[in-house]
Amino acid sequence: MDDREELTALHPNHVKVLRIAAALTALPFVIGSLVLEVADLLPRGAFAVPVLLVAGFLIVRVPLRRHAARGYAMGEDRLRVVRGILFRSDTVVPFGRVQHIDVDQGPLERAYGLATLTLHTAGNHNASVALPGLAEEDARAMRETIRARIRRDTM
Amino acid sequence: MTESGAEQGQARRTEPVGLAVHAATGLRQVVPALLAAGFVLRDEGRWLLALIPLAFALLSLTLGLAWLQWRRLTYRVGAEDIRVESGVLSRAARSVPYERIQDVSLEQGLLARLFGLVEVRFETGAGGQDELKLAFLREEEGERLREVVRAQKDGPGAPAGETEGETEGRAEGEIEGRPPIFAMGPRRIVLFGLFEFSLAVVAVVAGLAQQFDFLLPFDLWDFDAWEERLAGPGAWLSGLGQTAQVVGGTLAVATFIALGVATGVIRTVLRDWGFVLERTNKGFRRRRGLLTRTDVVMPAHRVQALTFRTGVIRRRFGWHGLKFVSLAQDAGAASHDVAPFARWGELAPIARAAGFAMPAEDLDWHRASGRYRLDSALLAGGLAGAIALAVFVALSLNGLASPLFALVPLAAGAILAAWQWFLWRFERHAIDDRWLYARRGWLAPRTDVASRVKLHSVEVVAGPIARRRGYATLRLGLAGGSLEIPGLAHGRAWALRGAIAESICARDFSRLA
Repeated sequence: MDDREELTALHPNHVKVLRIAAALTALPFVIGSLVLEVADLLPRGAFAVPVLLVAGFLIVRVPLRRHAARGYAMGEDRLRVVRGILFRSDTVVPFGRVQHIDVDQGPLERAYGLATLTLHTAGNHNASVALPGLAEEDARAMRETIRARIRRDTM
Repeated sequence: MTESGAEQGQARRTEPVGLAVHAATGLRQVVPALLAAGFVLRDEGRWLLALIPLAFALLSLTLGLAWLQWRRLTYRVGAEDIRVESGVLSRAARSVPYERIQDVSLEQGLLARLFGLVEVRFETGAGGQDELKLAFLREEEGERLREVVRAQKDGPGAPAGETEGETEGRAEGEIEGRPPIFAMGPRRIVLFGLFEFSLAVVAVVAGLAQQFDFLLPFDLWDFDAWEERLAGPGAWLSGLGQTAQVVGGTLAVATFIALGVATGVIRTVLRDWGFVLERTNKGFRRRRGLLTRTDVVMPAHRVQALTFRTGVIRRRFGWHGLKFVSLAQDAGAASHDVAPFARWGELAPIARAAGFAMPAEDLDWHRASGRYRLDSALLAGGLAGAIALAVFVALSLNGLASPLFALVPLAAGAILAAWQWFLWRFERHAIDDRWLYARRGWLAPRTDVASRVKLHSVEVVAGPIARRRGYATLRLGLAGGSLEIPGLAHGRAWALRGAIAESICARDFSRLA
């Protein structure tokens, strides 16, 4: 895509978090397919093989691609967030329009020392732009930078 | 509560007469319950008598509660904020700083109007239930509060906005004498009502007629009965036999259309009677309503964007509507109707007064990418073709109806595909150094004019097809509304985004006057 400043990649641990999340989502389906397998309704492997294949794809391949598709660029006066494998979106949030900033950590993210930075604007569309998969100290540093930038502008 | 400064203002209560209005409103809730109870007990005389003390008890309970609430609610007009303390059992104290108040609106229901009372609402952009509301105050007190808020907000150190240059230096007193910049007389409002014909109402009425037709003295859908009825005074019709049925059906349809038109007119008259829009020193003031009169003040610098709308039919007669998009709410809708039914020429002064430009013809207009339209047309056509094929196969197999019925979805697909061609011709956008213009739709087009610096974020989105074919959608963060331009050619989308991001960054939010 255009606007080619270098995008900063997200922290490598983000892949692990995405994988664990995908695994947790896939788990009930895998268990279900194994139960159906034991029940011997259809020839051996009719349930388990496709489910396991899809689950494997979702756990191994998709997180890698999602990680590769995401990125951000901190500019002088704006943050650019890129995401999406199929539907690519590329958002610019000028610091001058940020209303407030969140740094969130879920339990998984905390275990891997990651955090999600969320910028809130007054616009109805893109009212909050979230950037997951940052190293915690990076997220906090970015928050401070953006906050300092807002304060300087307001004064 | 500790008094932080000497200028905290004095605690006031709302108008005691307002209790009567509250009680009357409360009564309205009690009456149906009593009626229902009366209906159930209609055969048991003794119990029916017991209803009378019950009614009194309920009435005094509502009155007592309203009185308690009234006693416990006080408001102060302070130096920096408006504070309201309320609550009988649990106390709540709310403070709204003047800078956060988008506008103050006054609303008068029918009862409140009889008593000369108003409901004052402070719009902060929080929306709906969270807004601070004082019901009821004297009309003069409402006016005074509005003046206080306005004076505080625009007081010393208020940023001089780009939109205010025009009116600066005018004396306060001059406002009153100025003619309104837009007003609608009774004839215009009724005409507007005719165009507000509501299909939804017709559908609801038709549905109700079917549900509750047992309440009607005759069967609406029984065309034979219509024939008999017509055979009386219109005996000549009976000779026409079958034709009478057609006449009956036509009459039923005509009844619904008349109902739809009447509803449109009544709704419009109730809402827009006496519509007056005035330019005040710092903004706009709009008054309208027949039974419930509303009086809304909108600061000009809070206007985020303009939306010009029109309808399929009214457009043929040259009528357009203009709305202001802002953070404040207007009767539940996110934008303010400032000229719902006007000639194009009448809208220009309003747009200018808000500091906005009109979407002129001589701008550098661009169309969406031809590939985007082609893909959309192919998608619509392909989908309809698939449906047509499925219908054709199904009908050929089971022989319920002629397979030629498959032509219906096929025709629909062709129309949808052709539609894209018209959209390609009529949808367009333009940008100049201060504004972004976007027109959507063909038969009832809608044109948005957004200020480039008042946008909040810019996003470029492209799906799998769009990326392969080199176009994208531009989405803009607009406070109080949405704005997107689909199907921009790749280069154009990125150029627009770069330009808009630059102009947003050029000014901080707090300096958006």
